[in-house]
Amino acid sequence: MDTTVAMHIANGIINGPVSLLFIAIAVAGLAVCVWRAKTDLDDRLAPMAGLVAAFIFAVQMLNFQVLPGVSGHLLGGTLAVILVGPWVGALCVATVLLVQCLVFADGGLTAIGLNVTNMALIGTAAAYLLVALLLRVLPRTPGGLGATALIASIVGVVVASQGFVVEYALGGTTELSLGGIAATMAGVHVLIGIGEGLIAATTVVTVAKVRPDLVYALRAFRTRSMGVKA
Amino acid sequence: MKRFLIGGLLVALLLAGVVSSFASGSPDGLDYAAREGCTFNADDEITGGSCMLQREQDHQLGDSPLADYGIKGIDNEYLSTGLSGVAGVLLTFAIGGGLFWLIRRRPTVDGKA
Repeated sequence: MDTTVAMHIANGIINGPVSLLFIAIAVAGLAVCVWRAKTDLDDRLAPMAGLVAAFIFAVQMLNFQVLPGVSGHLLGGTLAVILVGPWVGALCVATVLLVQCLVFADGGLTAIGLNVTNMALIGTAAAYLLVALLLRVLPRTPGGLGATALIASIVGVVVASQGFVVEYALGGTTELSLGGIAATMAGVHVLIGIGEGLIAATTVVTVAKVRPDLVYALRAFRTRSMGVKA
Repeated sequence: MKRFLIGGLLVALLLAGVVSSFASGSPDGLDYAAREGCTFNADDEITGGSCMLQREQDHQLGDSPLADYGIKGIDNEYLSTGLSGVAGVLLTFAIGGGLFWLIRRRPTVDGKA
Protein backbone atom coordinates (compact mmCIF):
# COMPACT_ATOMS: atom_id res chain seq x y z
CA MET A 1 0.00 0.00 0.00
CA ASP A 2 2.76 2.34 1.02
CA THR A 3 4.51 3.04 -2.25
CA THR A 4 4.73 6.83 -2.13
CA VAL A 5 8.10 7.33 -0.54
CA ALA A 6 9.63 10.12 -2.61
CA MET A 7 10.05 13.09 -0.32
CA HIS A 8 12.09 15.64 -2.22
CA ILE A 9 12.03 17.41 -5.58
CA ALA A 10 12.28 14.81 -8.36
CA ASN A 11 13.95 15.22 -11.74
CA GLY A 12 12.00 17.05 -14.44
CA ILE A 13 9.87 19.26 -12.18
CA ILE A 14 12.26 22.19 -12.68
CA ASN A 15 14.02 22.56 -16.03
CA GLY A 16 17.69 21.75 -16.66
CA PRO A 17 19.25 25.24 -16.75
CA VAL A 18 17.58 26.32 -13.49
CA SER A 19 18.51 23.00 -11.85
CA LEU A 20 22.13 23.59 -12.87
CA LEU A 21 22.03 27.16 -11.59
CA PHE A 22 20.90 25.90 -8.21
CA ILE A 23 23.61 23.23 -8.15
CA ALA A 24 26.07 26.12 -8.47
CA ILE A 25 24.29 28.07 -5.73
CA ALA A 26 24.24 25.03 -3.45
CA VAL A 27 27.95 24.32 -4.01
CA ALA A 28 28.84 27.96 -3.26
CA GLY A 29 26.62 28.01 -0.17
CA LEU A 30 28.02 24.75 1.18
CA ALA A 31 31.57 25.98 0.56
CA VAL A 32 30.88 29.00 2.78
CA CYS A 33 29.40 26.66 5.40
CA VAL A 34 32.48 24.40 5.35
CA TRP A 35 34.71 27.46 5.72
CA ARG A 36 32.75 28.82 8.68
CA ALA A 37 32.09 25.39 10.22
CA LYS A 38 35.82 24.78 10.69
CA THR A 39 35.87 27.37 13.49
CA ASP A 40 33.03 25.61 15.31
CA LEU A 41 34.08 22.02 14.78
CA ASP A 42 36.30 20.58 17.49
CA ASP A 43 36.86 17.07 18.80
CA ARG A 44 33.50 17.16 20.58
CA LEU A 45 31.29 18.86 18.02
CA ALA A 46 32.41 16.67 15.08
CA PRO A 47 30.94 13.38 16.38
CA MET A 48 27.90 15.25 17.72
CA ALA A 49 27.31 16.65 14.22
CA GLY A 50 27.55 13.14 12.77
CA LEU A 51 24.90 12.03 15.25
CA VAL A 52 22.66 15.00 14.38
CA ALA A 53 22.87 14.10 10.68
CA ALA A 54 22.05 10.44 11.41
CA PHE A 55 19.16 11.48 13.65
CA ILE A 56 17.73 13.79 10.97
CA PHE A 57 17.95 10.96 8.43
CA ALA A 58 15.99 8.71 10.82
CA VAL A 59 13.30 11.25 11.63
CA GLN A 60 12.85 12.21 7.96
CA MET A 61 11.61 8.65 7.41
CA LEU A 62 8.76 9.27 9.85
CA ASN A 63 6.06 10.91 7.76
CA PHE A 64 3.21 12.14 9.92
CA GLN A 65 -0.31 12.86 8.72
CA VAL A 66 -1.17 16.59 8.58
CA LEU A 67 -4.43 16.42 6.58
CA PRO A 68 -6.43 13.55 5.10
CA GLY A 69 -4.24 12.30 2.26
CA VAL A 70 -1.34 14.61 3.06
CA SER A 71 1.70 13.88 5.19
CA GLY A 72 4.83 15.74 6.12
CA HIS A 73 8.25 15.04 7.52
CA LEU A 74 10.89 16.93 9.39
CA LEU A 75 13.44 18.92 7.37
CA GLY A 76 15.79 19.27 10.30
CA GLY A 77 17.18 22.80 10.01
CA THR A 78 16.00 24.07 13.39
CA LEU A 79 17.07 20.97 15.25
CA ALA A 80 20.51 21.19 13.66
CA VAL A 81 20.93 24.94 14.31
CA ILE A 82 20.13 24.54 18.00
CA LEU A 83 22.29 21.46 18.56
CA VAL A 84 25.35 22.17 16.38
CA GLY A 85 25.05 25.75 15.10
CA PRO A 86 24.06 27.20 11.71
CA TRP A 87 27.13 26.35 9.59
CA VAL A 88 27.63 22.79 10.79
CA GLY A 89 23.83 22.43 10.89
CA ALA A 90 23.42 23.29 7.22
CA LEU A 91 26.12 20.71 6.41
CA CYS A 92 24.25 18.08 8.48
CA VAL A 93 21.04 18.61 6.47
CA ALA A 94 23.03 18.61 3.20
CA THR A 95 24.71 15.32 4.17
CA VAL A 96 21.29 13.74 4.73
CA LEU A 97 20.02 15.01 1.36
CA LEU A 98 23.11 13.68 -0.44
CA VAL A 99 22.80 10.24 1.14
CA GLN A 100 19.07 10.16 0.31
CA CYS A 101 19.71 11.18 -3.29
CA LEU A 102 22.70 8.95 -4.00
CA VAL A 103 21.77 5.84 -2.00
CA PHE A 104 17.98 5.90 -1.62
CA ALA A 105 17.08 7.49 -4.99
CA ASP A 106 15.03 10.14 -3.16
CA GLY A 107 15.29 13.62 -4.63
CA GLY A 108 16.54 13.73 -8.22
CA LEU A 109 20.25 13.82 -8.98
CA THR A 110 19.61 16.77 -11.31
CA ALA A 111 17.45 18.35 -8.60
CA ILE A 112 20.02 17.98 -5.81
CA GLY A 113 20.96 21.66 -5.94
CA LEU A 114 17.32 22.68 -5.59
CA ASN A 115 16.77 20.41 -2.61
CA VAL A 116 20.01 21.44 -0.89
CA THR A 117 19.28 25.13 -1.46
CA ASN A 118 15.75 24.91 -0.04
CA MET A 119 16.26 22.65 2.92
CA ALA A 120 19.94 22.88 3.89
CA LEU A 121 20.56 26.55 3.07
CA ILE A 122 17.28 28.54 3.06
CA GLY A 123 15.42 26.57 5.72
CA THR A 124 18.43 26.44 8.02
CA ALA A 125 19.22 30.14 7.56
CA ALA A 126 15.65 31.15 8.40
CA ALA A 127 15.67 28.88 11.44
CA TYR A 128 19.01 30.34 12.55
CA LEU A 129 17.72 33.93 12.44
CA LEU A 130 14.68 32.97 14.50
CA VAL A 131 16.68 30.95 17.03
CA ALA A 132 19.27 33.70 17.49
CA LEU A 133 16.51 36.25 18.02
CA LEU A 134 14.20 34.19 20.24
CA LEU A 135 16.92 32.91 22.58
CA ARG A 136 17.73 36.53 23.46
CA VAL A 137 14.09 37.34 24.26
CA LEU A 138 12.61 34.18 25.75
CA PRO A 139 13.32 32.97 29.30
CA ARG A 140 16.23 30.60 29.93
CA THR A 141 14.06 27.62 30.70
CA PRO A 142 13.28 24.34 28.96
CA GLY A 143 9.99 26.00 28.00
CA GLY A 144 11.83 28.90 26.40
CA LEU A 145 14.09 26.57 24.43
CA GLY A 146 11.11 24.44 23.36
CA ALA A 147 9.12 27.47 22.23
CA THR A 148 12.16 28.68 20.27
CA ALA A 149 12.41 25.32 18.51
CA LEU A 150 8.70 25.29 17.70
CA ILE A 151 8.49 28.82 16.28
CA ALA A 152 11.78 28.56 14.37
CA SER A 153 10.63 25.27 12.84
CA ILE A 154 7.35 26.68 11.57
CA VAL A 155 9.05 29.70 10.01
CA GLY A 156 11.99 27.68 8.66
CA VAL A 157 9.78 25.08 6.97
CA VAL A 158 7.43 27.63 5.39
CA VAL A 159 10.34 29.73 4.10
CA ALA A 160 12.02 26.60 2.68
CA SER A 161 8.76 25.68 0.91
CA GLN A 162 8.70 29.11 -0.72
CA GLY A 163 12.22 28.48 -1.99
CA PHE A 164 10.63 25.83 -4.17
CA VAL A 165 8.04 28.33 -5.41
CA VAL A 166 10.83 30.70 -6.50
CA GLU A 167 12.55 27.83 -8.32
CA TYR A 168 9.29 26.86 -9.98
CA ALA A 169 8.76 30.46 -11.07
CA LEU A 170 12.20 30.40 -12.70
CA GLY A 171 12.08 26.98 -14.31
CA GLY A 172 8.83 25.11 -13.74
CA THR A 173 8.11 22.63 -16.54
CA THR A 174 4.31 23.06 -16.57
CA GLU A 175 2.34 26.29 -16.96
CA LEU A 176 0.50 26.66 -13.66
CA SER A 177 -0.67 29.47 -11.40
CA LEU A 178 2.25 30.47 -9.18
CA GLY A 179 -0.07 32.04 -6.64
CA GLY A 180 -1.90 28.75 -6.29
CA ILE A 181 1.35 26.83 -5.84
CA ALA A 182 2.64 29.35 -3.29
CA ALA A 183 -0.60 29.18 -1.29
CA THR A 184 -0.80 25.37 -1.33
CA MET A 185 2.87 25.01 -0.38
CA ALA A 186 2.64 27.60 2.42
CA GLY A 187 -0.61 26.24 3.83
CA VAL A 188 0.51 22.62 3.99
CA HIS A 189 3.95 23.56 5.29
CA VAL A 190 2.57 25.57 8.22
CA LEU A 191 1.07 22.28 9.41
CA ILE A 192 4.26 20.35 8.63
CA GLY A 193 6.22 23.06 10.46
CA ILE A 194 4.10 22.55 13.59
CA GLY A 195 4.84 18.80 13.42
CA GLU A 196 8.53 19.47 12.86
CA GLY A 197 8.47 21.98 15.72
CA LEU A 198 7.03 19.48 18.18
CA ILE A 199 9.70 16.92 17.23
CA ALA A 200 12.51 19.49 17.32
CA ALA A 201 11.33 20.91 20.68
CA THR A 202 11.10 17.46 22.27
CA THR A 203 14.56 16.57 20.99
CA VAL A 204 16.43 19.74 22.01
CA VAL A 205 14.74 19.94 25.43
CA THR A 206 15.69 16.31 26.06
CA VAL A 207 19.32 16.91 25.07
CA ALA A 208 19.38 20.12 27.14
CA LYS A 209 18.25 18.16 30.20
CA VAL A 210 20.70 15.28 29.71
CA ARG A 211 23.75 17.15 28.41
CA PRO A 212 23.21 20.94 28.31
CA ASP A 213 26.90 21.37 27.43
CA LEU A 214 26.23 19.67 24.08
CA VAL A 215 23.58 22.21 22.98
CA TYR A 216 25.33 24.73 20.71
CA ALA A 217 22.61 27.35 21.07
CA LEU A 218 22.89 27.38 24.85
CA ARG A 219 26.67 27.88 24.59
CA ALA A 220 26.89 30.37 21.75
CA PHE A 221 23.90 32.66 21.43
CA ARG A 222 23.41 33.28 25.14
CA THR A 223 27.00 33.95 26.12
CA ARG A 224 27.33 36.26 23.14
CA SER A 225 24.21 38.23 24.04
CA MET A 226 25.37 38.46 27.64
CA GLY A 227 28.73 39.69 26.49
CA VAL A 228 27.03 42.56 24.71
CA LYS A 229 25.16 43.57 27.85
CA ALA A 230 28.27 43.41 30.03
CA MET B 1 30.35 11.81 25.35
CA LYS B 2 30.68 8.22 24.18
CA ARG B 3 27.61 7.22 26.17
CA PHE B 4 25.57 10.07 24.74
CA LEU B 5 26.61 9.22 21.18
CA ILE B 6 25.75 5.54 21.59
CA GLY B 7 22.42 6.41 23.22
CA GLY B 8 21.57 8.88 20.46
CA LEU B 9 22.49 6.42 17.74
CA LEU B 10 20.32 3.74 19.36
CA VAL B 11 17.35 6.12 19.36
CA ALA B 12 17.97 6.96 15.68
CA LEU B 13 18.29 3.25 14.80
CA LEU B 14 15.04 2.47 16.61
CA LEU B 15 13.21 5.28 14.80
CA ALA B 16 14.55 4.37 11.35
CA GLY B 17 14.52 0.62 11.91
CA VAL B 18 11.17 0.09 13.60
CA VAL B 19 9.00 3.21 13.86
CA SER B 20 9.53 4.02 10.16
CA SER B 21 7.28 1.15 9.12
CA PHE B 22 4.37 2.88 10.81
CA ALA B 23 4.91 6.25 9.12
CA SER B 24 2.17 7.78 6.99
CA GLY B 25 2.15 6.60 3.38
CA SER B 26 0.33 9.69 2.08
CA PRO B 27 2.16 12.03 -0.28
CA ASP B 28 4.15 14.65 1.64
CA GLY B 29 3.48 18.40 1.37
CA LEU B 30 5.60 18.91 -1.73
CA ASP B 31 4.31 15.79 -3.46
CA TYR B 32 0.73 16.78 -2.63
CA ALA B 33 1.24 20.21 -4.19
CA ALA B 34 2.94 18.62 -7.21
CA ARG B 35 -0.02 16.29 -7.79
CA GLU B 36 -2.66 18.98 -7.41
CA GLY B 37 -4.60 19.44 -10.66
CA CYS B 38 -4.00 15.96 -12.09
CA THR B 39 -6.07 12.81 -11.85
CA PHE B 40 -4.44 9.45 -11.23
CA ASN B 41 -5.42 5.85 -11.91
CA ALA B 42 -4.98 2.92 -9.55
CA ASP B 43 -1.36 2.48 -10.70
CA ASP B 44 -0.65 6.11 -9.80
CA GLU B 45 -0.25 7.13 -13.45
CA ILE B 46 -1.47 10.54 -14.54
CA THR B 47 -4.75 10.21 -16.48
CA GLY B 48 -5.59 13.89 -17.03
CA GLY B 49 -5.42 17.45 -15.84
CA SER B 50 -2.42 19.66 -15.43
CA CYS B 51 0.04 19.56 -12.51
CA MET B 52 3.70 20.01 -11.63
CA LEU B 53 4.33 16.28 -11.75
CA GLN B 54 3.54 15.98 -15.48
CA ARG B 55 7.12 16.20 -16.73
CA GLU B 56 8.64 14.26 -13.84
CA GLN B 57 11.52 12.01 -14.87
CA ASP B 58 12.84 8.85 -13.25
CA HIS B 59 15.70 8.99 -10.81
CA GLN B 60 19.08 8.25 -12.41
CA LEU B 61 19.87 5.87 -9.55
CA GLY B 62 16.39 4.36 -9.26
CA ASP B 63 17.82 0.86 -9.58
CA SER B 64 20.13 1.18 -6.59
CA PRO B 65 19.81 -1.64 -4.03
CA LEU B 66 18.35 0.70 -1.39
CA ALA B 67 16.14 2.77 -3.72
CA ASP B 68 12.88 4.06 -2.23
CA TYR B 69 13.87 3.10 1.33
CA GLY B 70 13.71 -0.64 0.84
CA ILE B 71 16.20 -3.40 0.27
CA LYS B 72 16.03 -5.09 -3.09
CA GLY B 73 15.13 -8.75 -2.77
CA ILE B 74 13.51 -8.53 0.67
CA ASP B 75 9.76 -8.94 0.24
CA ASN B 76 8.71 -8.40 3.84
CA GLU B 77 7.87 -4.69 3.92
CA TYR B 78 8.69 -4.16 7.60
CA LEU B 79 12.05 -5.88 7.26
CA SER B 80 12.88 -4.13 3.99
CA THR B 81 12.00 -0.63 5.24
CA GLY B 82 13.53 -1.19 8.67
CA LEU B 83 16.84 -2.56 7.42
CA SER B 84 17.16 0.20 4.82
CA GLY B 85 16.57 2.70 7.63
CA VAL B 86 19.26 1.10 9.79
CA ALA B 87 21.66 1.18 6.84
CA GLY B 88 20.82 4.84 6.20
CA VAL B 89 21.42 5.90 9.81
CA LEU B 90 24.78 4.14 9.98
CA LEU B 91 25.83 5.41 6.56
CA THR B 92 24.84 9.00 7.37
CA PHE B 93 26.65 8.85 10.71
CA ALA B 94 29.78 7.43 9.08
CA ILE B 95 29.85 9.88 6.16
CA GLY B 96 28.76 12.94 8.16
CA GLY B 97 30.85 12.15 11.21
CA GLY B 98 33.84 11.28 9.02
CA LEU B 99 33.68 14.50 7.01
CA PHE B 100 33.18 16.64 10.13
CA TRP B 101 36.09 14.88 11.80
CA LEU B 102 38.32 15.59 8.78
CA ILE B 103 37.55 19.32 8.63
CA ARG B 104 37.56 19.91 12.40
CA ARG B 105 39.87 22.44 14.00
CA ARG B 106 42.91 20.76 15.43
CA PRO B 107 45.03 22.15 18.23
CA THR B 108 48.61 22.39 16.95
CA VAL B 109 51.73 21.54 18.89
CA ASP B 110 52.59 25.17 19.55
CA GLY B 111 49.17 25.71 21.10
CA LYS B 112 47.63 27.81 18.32
CA ALA B 113 44.27 26.69 16.99
